[in-house]
Amino acid sequence: MTTARTLGQVICQSCGRVDGIGAATCGRCGAGLESRDAQSLQKVWAWWLVGLIAYIPANLYPMLLTTQLFKTTEATIVGGVIDLAHYGAYGIAFIVFFASVVIPVGKFMVIAYLAILVGRTHREDPHKLLILYEVVEFIGRWSMIDVFVVAILAALVQFDVLATINPGIAAVCFALSVIFTMLSAQSFDSRMIWDRMREDAYHG
Amino acid sequence: MTETAIQTIGCPVCDAVYRLPADAAERSTRCRRCGHRLTFGRPAAIVRVVAVSATMLILSVMVLLLPFLELQAGQFNNKASVFDAILSFNSGIMVPLAIAVLGFILVLPLTRFLLFVYALGPLTLRQRNLPQATTALRWAFRLQPWAMAEIFMVGVAVALIKLAGMATIEMGPAFWALGAIVLLSAYQDTFMCRHTLWSALEGNA
Repeated sequence: MTTARTLGQVICQSCGRVDGIGAATCGRCGAGLESRDAQSLQKVWAWWLVGLIAYIPANLYPMLLTTQLFKTTEATIVGGVIDLAHYGAYGIAFIVFFASVVIPVGKFMVIAYLAILVGRTHREDPHKLLILYEVVEFIGRWSMIDVFVVAILAALVQFDVLATINPGIAAVCFALSVIFTMLSAQSFDSRMIWDRMREDAYHG
Repeated sequence: MTETAIQTIGCPVCDAVYRLPADAAERSTRCRRCGHRLTFGRPAAIVRVVAVSATMLILSVMVLLLPFLELQAGQFNNKASVFDAILSFNSGIMVPLAIAVLGFILVLPLTRFLLFVYALGPLTLRQRNLPQATTALRWAFRLQPWAMAEIFMVGVAVALIKLAGMATIEMGPAFWALGAIVLLSAYQDTFMCRHTLWSALEGNA
């Protein structure tokens, strides 16, 4: 398989145009050109770490503050899921649980796995790794659901003493965690998957 | 360019290079190494991208101005627009979050529609490209993961079920407008062929 690098060329990540390896910007769309992002893994790990740091308070502090008749109850992310399950809304409880717990935790694990793997030579199937990466990139944004739920609830339920819902500090932490992990996934240079394959590892 | 002209196309995902006939964009092609979709086989995509983007632009203005949801509990009544949802994060540390939510659900989707119309609109009207049309198209693609209108809609569904027991909720016109945007942008993704759009923009320079 001929790659742009072996041909002394570089492919624009934005529009797919092929240019000489010395070109700094794409002649068609104006994006910056780089044959490989040498800092890719450093950026991945940096965003990954701040994402993880933000994810901890996102789970410990309350996401929702509900005030009913002068009594305030606080609900964390997991607490909110348990409440939903109590109301019998199992489907919705599952969606929120999946978006706020399964996706973020799975994302941290998959990004770390990919970054460790392409940090050295590997013999994994590149298709499998690419699918993992694309799933992470596609699904990561959906974690934002819970932040939007909090925003809508807080906007609608403002009835003075009867009932008010306010966002808790975890909403900010969670939103930041999602943004940081999205940046982490975007920093990953998928071309490394093929570069770091061991020569004797052949996958059709 | 003659009919038998060869063009070089690169796969941005795995760095493979292909030499394809110039009419390759009329067929659907995939990268042999990583499976990335190089061309969609939708040569008429440009007019549709502009038309759908312009429609979504108008719908976005409706979302912004009209009431989104109306909630009734006893004698209390609260109409909330999308703006209200954002303004609920209005104290202290929540302000950056309000700005981020506003960006994700309205500003960025709206900006993308504008950029598509700006970059490709003149092309469909057989006019010359507007200045910086390439920059506009590049940013329209770049902002894609950050435009989260469809995720907001799922959030709305979850919130409605949470509130179903305590109040009656009616959907306002903005709700249906946003729903239409979500469906239209999913439809647009089926013919958003970067190769076709970039080649056309380049040919019109």
